[in-house]
Amino acid sequence: MLRRQLNLWILLTVLTGLFVWLIASTGLWEATLRFLFPQESQVLHPRASLLVLVWEHVKLVILSSSLTVLVGVPLGIWVTRPSGRNFLPIVYYLTSFGQTFPPVAVLALAVPMIGFGVIPTVIALFLYGLLPVVRNTIAGLRAVSQDVLDAAYGMGMSRWQALIRVEMPLAARVILAGIHISVIINIGTAMIGAVIGAGGLGSPIIAGLVQDNLAYIIEGAVPAAMLAVLADRLLANLERLFAYSAEKAR
Amino acid sequence: MIRLVKVSKSYGDTIAVRQLSLVVNQGEVCVLIGPSGCGKTTTLRMVNRLIEPTAGRIFINGKEISRVKPEQLRRSIGYAIQSVGLFPHMTVADNIAVVPELLHWAKSRVAHRIDELLRLVGLDPLEYASKYPNQLSGGEAQRIGVARALAANPPILLMDEPFGAVDPLTREKLQAQFLRIQQELKKTVLLVTHDLDEAIRLADRIAIMASGRLVQHATPEEILSRPTNKFVHDFVGTDRALKRLSRIGVASFIRPTHSVKLSTPMKEVASVCERCHWVWVVDDDGKFTGWLDRTSLPAANSVRQAMVVGDRDEITITKNATLREALSRMLGQGFNSIPVVDEEGRLIGEVSLGDVEAATAKMEP
Ligand SMILES: Nc1ncnc2c1ncn2[C@@H]1O[C@H](COP(=O)(O)OP(=O)(O)OP(=O)(O)O)[C@@H](O)[C@H]1O
Ligand SMILES: [Mg+2]
Repeated sequence: MLRRQLNLWILLTVLTGLFVWLIASTGLWEATLRFLFPQESQVLHPRASLLVLVWEHVKLVILSSSLTVLVGVPLGIWVTRPSGRNFLPIVYYLTSFGQTFPPVAVLALAVPMIGFGVIPTVIALFLYGLLPVVRNTIAGLRAVSQDVLDAAYGMGMSRWQALIRVEMPLAARVILAGIHISVIINIGTAMIGAVIGAGGLGSPIIAGLVQDNLAYIIEGAVPAAMLAVLADRLLANLERLFAYSAEKAR
Repeated sequence: MIRLVKVSKSYGDTIAVRQLSLVVNQGEVCVLIGPSGCGKTTTLRMVNRLIEPTAGRIFINGKEISRVKPEQLRRSIGYAIQSVGLFPHMTVADNIAVVPELLHWAKSRVAHRIDELLRLVGLDPLEYASKYPNQLSGGEAQRIGVARALAANPPILLMDEPFGAVDPLTREKLQAQFLRIQQELKKTVLLVTHDLDEAIRLADRIAIMASGRLVQHATPEEILSRPTNKFVHDFVGTDRALKRLSRIGVASFIRPTHSVKLSTPMKEVASVCERCHWVWVVDDDGKFTGWLDRTSLPAANSVRQAMVVGDRDEITITKNATLREALSRMLGQGFNSIPVVDEEGRLIGEVSLGDVEAATAKMEP
């Protein structure tokens, strides 16, 4: 088991290294895109190098996803405690609303208030990704059986100890699955950041759409897809780390 | 010592426990029994404050428990819950270690304790310590549940149907183990069961409950011989006499018996058989091997040829057995008496049907 896990992490590291090398190889991109689109005068977006664009994108995702986790998980925990149980329906409703509300609309509302740039984008992404995290935190904690909770309290654990030692470890996989979904959504949605000057892989795509330059679009879309695959693997590996019982013993 | 004084618990209109007063003395096993929904679990859980009573007071060693912090109280009371409730993400060892760790025991002491407890409940530490709960059978899980309850060596144990989910054979083994452990550790135990035979076997006193009330609280002998009302009478059933036999050990009913060895010469065998129709046969170490009927003597020229070989496990009993077990062996084998052997299988005497009948007759109606 351990060996298998180690192999998966090694594979992920190799893939990440490969990815970084690939996006840093500007010459390779330029040559390939020129070959595919000989009619275009320019095939790489002039705003910034691909490496910078990817880094901007990753930054948006990391910022917004961290915020989502830091707010979403405690929120999910709180509404499953006796003190917050009454707020469960309203929290559920509000987070669902956050997801039905298109991020572009959030941007439209945020810009007049906060202005352009990274912050409104991060807020929009944060709200948009909140639902899966909150929903899975609630589901994961609720799935912990009453017997197990009875045993925890019966052994003399405090509420806090029961949460940390029993409930969270048991809910971890489901919560991580929620974070997983949220991050993947964010990688795609972070494209819109370009609209209000937050940069990222959305920049070449939007420029490509405006200037009718397919090469630009590919320059943005292909690294974004690769990024999504890498993030997906990373989170799957993390989830596997929290597998317990027989799966772990094997 | 656990003392409940007029304790009641109601959930809205449902009254789970009514005006219950009960004392469990130091080192005593009190078994709570009664029909499903009569309030057994509720009573148990009020003792460790998982449920707060609506009225009444509960004392442990003279101290009112509502004055003790629940977490602190619970760490001094072992609790085996009705549905076992092992933590699925922890190994068997980690499950057992929960309370010692809450009490900040040193690591080496915890490790030592885990080993000790697994042995106590009859599971090999090497094999079981690192298993996860979903790799255990129901009976093994229940044993771990009991070990976990015992972990910090609490003076008081609450056990909710601790042997409920296992087959009769395993249950009997677990009960024997429990009695052995209890003899050694002398805990104050409040145990819930549905099974009257289990109650009779394990209890110093039985508390019979019906719809939230305590109906009778007395020794098993007393409950079987003097049911306080029709409910208890019906509850203990029509085979009360038989059940009472299971409270009586065979030890004082063992009589010396005739036996011959495999190597005994035929002439001697014949003289032994002058006085009786048949004799038990033992090997040269004195271990039970079968029996020999006088009628088969003339045709044979050695004990081995004449005897009937018997399965020691099926026929013999030990001196720890009860009269009920002795009787069931006699009926099963169609014998008028049953051989008693020691731990090594050596014949030490026999118990006769006549003695069992006499014991039954002597019991009060
Ligand atoms: N949380 C609760 N809310 C409402 N009623 C409850 C609650 N807990 C228990 N009861 C009721 O209280 C009564 C006693 O329940 P309890 O669990 O003590 O029964 P029990 O004797 O342990 O039964 P069993 O042998 O089936 O385990 C039952 O009628 C049950 O329906
Ligand atoms: Mg119960």
